[in-house]
Amino acid sequence: MAAHGDNVPTKVEDFLKQTQKESFRSILVEKPIDLEFDEGNLLASDPNQIDVKKFRQNREDFLQQLTRDNTQLLFNKIWELPVERLENVVIAKLPEPTTRLPREKPVPKEKALTKWQQYAKMKGITNRKKGRMVWDSTTQEWKPRWGYKRANDETKQWLLEVPEGADPYEDQFEKKKKEKSERVAKNELQRLRNLARAQKGKVPGVGLTPTGAPSKDHVLKALATTRKSDASLGKFSDPLPKEKPNKFAGKKRKFESNFVNTDEEKKRQMDVLKRMSSGQAVLDVQKATNTAIHEEEETRSKKAKGEGGAQKKKGGGSKGKGKGKAKKTFGKGKKGGKKGRKK
Amino acid sequence: MVLQRVVKPKTQRGKRALEHKESKIHENDKKCMLMKGGNTSVLVTQVLKELHMLKKPDAVLFKKKNITRPFEDQTSLEFFSEKADASLFAFGSHSKKRPNNLVLGRMFDAHVLDMVEFGIEKFVSMLEIEGPKCSFGIKPCLIFSGEPFEQDPEHKRLKNLLTDFFRGPSVTNVRLAGLEHVISVSAVDGKIYIRNFRVVLKKSGSRTPRVELENMGPSLDLVLRRTKLASDDLFSRSLKQPKTAKPRKIKNISHDAFGSKLGRIHMQTQDLGKLQTRKMKGLKKRKSDAAADKSDAAADTETDTSPPTKKSKRVSE
Repeated sequence: MAAHGDNVPTKVEDFLKQTQKESFRSILVEKPIDLEFDEGNLLASDPNQIDVKKFRQNREDFLQQLTRDNTQLLFNKIWELPVERLENVVIAKLPEPTTRLPREKPVPKEKALTKWQQYAKMKGITNRKKGRMVWDSTTQEWKPRWGYKRANDETKQWLLEVPEGADPYEDQFEKKKKEKSERVAKNELQRLRNLARAQKGKVPGVGLTPTGAPSKDHVLKALATTRKSDASLGKFSDPLPKEKPNKFAGKKRKFESNFVNTDEEKKRQMDVLKRMSSGQAVLDVQKATNTAIHEEEETRSKKAKGEGGAQKKKGGGSKGKGKGKAKKTFGKGKKGGKKGRKK
Repeated sequence: MVLQRVVKPKTQRGKRALEHKESKIHENDKKCMLMKGGNTSVLVTQVLKELHMLKKPDAVLFKKKNITRPFEDQTSLEFFSEKADASLFAFGSHSKKRPNNLVLGRMFDAHVLDMVEFGIEKFVSMLEIEGPKCSFGIKPCLIFSGEPFEQDPEHKRLKNLLTDFFRGPSVTNVRLAGLEHVISVSAVDGKIYIRNFRVVLKKSGSRTPRVELENMGPSLDLVLRRTKLASDDLFSRSLKQPKTAKPRKIKNISHDAFGSKLGRIHMQTQDLGKLQTRKMKGLKKRKSDAAADKSDAAADTETDTSPPTKKSKRVSE
C-alpha cells in the first residue's frame, strides 16, 4: 500500500509535466534566425531562407505552413504584451510601431499670425468666451448674438435720428449701408494683406481707406493710382489742367535711342578703346575721395584708441569728414573737441 | 510676385472639408484609391475589387476607366489622389505587352513617392475559396518571409510599401480575440506570393493559444515588372516626423513599486542663521544691534556667496 501511495504523486507529476510539454510544443516554433517583430504594426518578418525544393513540391501547403509558424511566433509576442480587461474583452496595449513609414503629407508649417493676432499676442489680449444668446430688450426675448434673427439688430431699425449739424436731406439709411459696405471691403482687404504677408509676397497697397481727414499726400497717391487703373495703364489718359507730375511713380531706366548718328557712336566706342589701351588708370573722383576719407578716419580712430580711456569716448563720437585740424584737437583736453570744431 | 487667388470656403462644411485635407501633426489613416486603366481584363478588375474589399473603410474603387499610364505620366494619378485625398493607389490594366498589370504605389505631398508594377501570374478569388471570411475593416497581421525582403534594396522598399498598403488603421490597443486576419507576403523563386488567411485560435494548455490558419483568399502570384522608387533624399524627407508628435518627456516625477508618486525638487541651501525660532523678549534685537548686524550682513554676503547647490530631495505625496 505504502509503495502504491508513493507512486501516485510521481505519476501525476509526470503526467502534468508531459501535458505541459505537449502544450508548449504546440506553440513552440524553432527557426535558425530569429524573426523581426513590429508589434505596433502587427508585423513579423522572417529573414530565413525558404527551402525552394520543398516549396516547389506543394506550394500552397508550404506557404500556409510557413505562415502559420511565423504567425504563431508573432502571436506569442503579442500575447506577452500588457493586457487590460474591458467589458469581458481582453485588450492588449500595442507598443509604438518601429517600422518607419513615410507620411502622407509633409509636416504642417506653423500658420503665420495675422496682424491683429500679432498685436494681441504682444499686448496679452486673450479672447473672452461670450454666451451665444443675448437678451433683446425691445422684443423681450433671448436671441442669438449675431447672424440670422440676431438680437439688437442695427440694420433692422425703422427710424434713424438725423445727427446734429448733418444735412437734413441726407439719407441716413443709405449712409449707414455705405459705411457698412466700406467696413466689409476694408476687412476683405486686410484679410488679403494678411494672406500676402503669410506667403511673404508683395503686400497690396491699401489705396484710400476711409479716414476722417485725408492728407494732401493721401489724395495725390489715390490720384496716381486711379490714373493707372485703366486698361492701358494710363497710357492714353490726358493730364488734367494744372496737374503736377506724379511724385509717387518709380524711376524708369532710360536707354539711348537705337537710331543715332553713327559718328557719335563710333566716337564713343573709340573712346572706350583708347582709355583701355592708354594703360593709365582712370581717376574716379568720388571713389578716390571716399577712400581718402576712409583712411583718414581709420588713422584717427587708431590714434584715439592709443590715447585710450575717457578721451576715447569723446573722440569716437564724432563723425567729422576730412577735417584734419579738428582731428588733432580732439585728443587734448576736456573741451578740446568743442574748440576744434569751432575753428 | 502677384498674390495668388485664395478662395475662401463659402460654407462651414466646405471649410471643414478643406481642413480635413490639410496636413496634420497626427495623420489620419491613408486612404487608397483603386483605379482601372484604359483596358482591363476580368482578372485585373476582380483583383481590384477584392483589394477594395480588403481595404474597405479606407478605400475608393473608381467606377470609370482612366486612360493613363502611371509610369509615363503621373499627373492624372496625382490629380485623382488630391481630389480623393487618397495617398495609396492601385492601378490595374491589361495590354498585350503587359498582360494583367497591377501597379501599387503611394504618394507623398500629392506626388508619387514609390510605385511598383506587378504582373499577375495567378489569382484565386475570395469567392472561389469556400469557408468563412474575416470581418471587414479589421487590422490584419502582416507576415513577410523570404530573404530578399532583408537583403535586396528594391525588395526592402517593396516591403515598406506593402506594409504601408496593407497595415490598415493605426491603433494603440487591439482585442486579442479580434486578430483574425493574416496577410502573408513571401518572396520565393523570384516571385511574390500574397496569401490571405483567417486565424483560428486553438487551446494550447498555456495562456498563448495555438494558431491555425485557413486559406481565405484572395491569393496572388506576382512577378515584379517596373519600379519607380523615391530617391533616398526624398524618402528620408517623407519620413520626417514633427517634433510635437512625440509626447514630452516628464522630468523629475517618478513612481515607485507601490504606486506612490515621487518628485525630485531642486533647491538652494538653506540659511540656518535666518531660521525663525521661538520668539522671546530677551532675544529681541535692539536698534543699535540691528544696525551693526546690517553692516555685518553686508560684509558676509560679499565674502561667502555660496553658489546655489543642486540638492535633490525625495518627497512622497
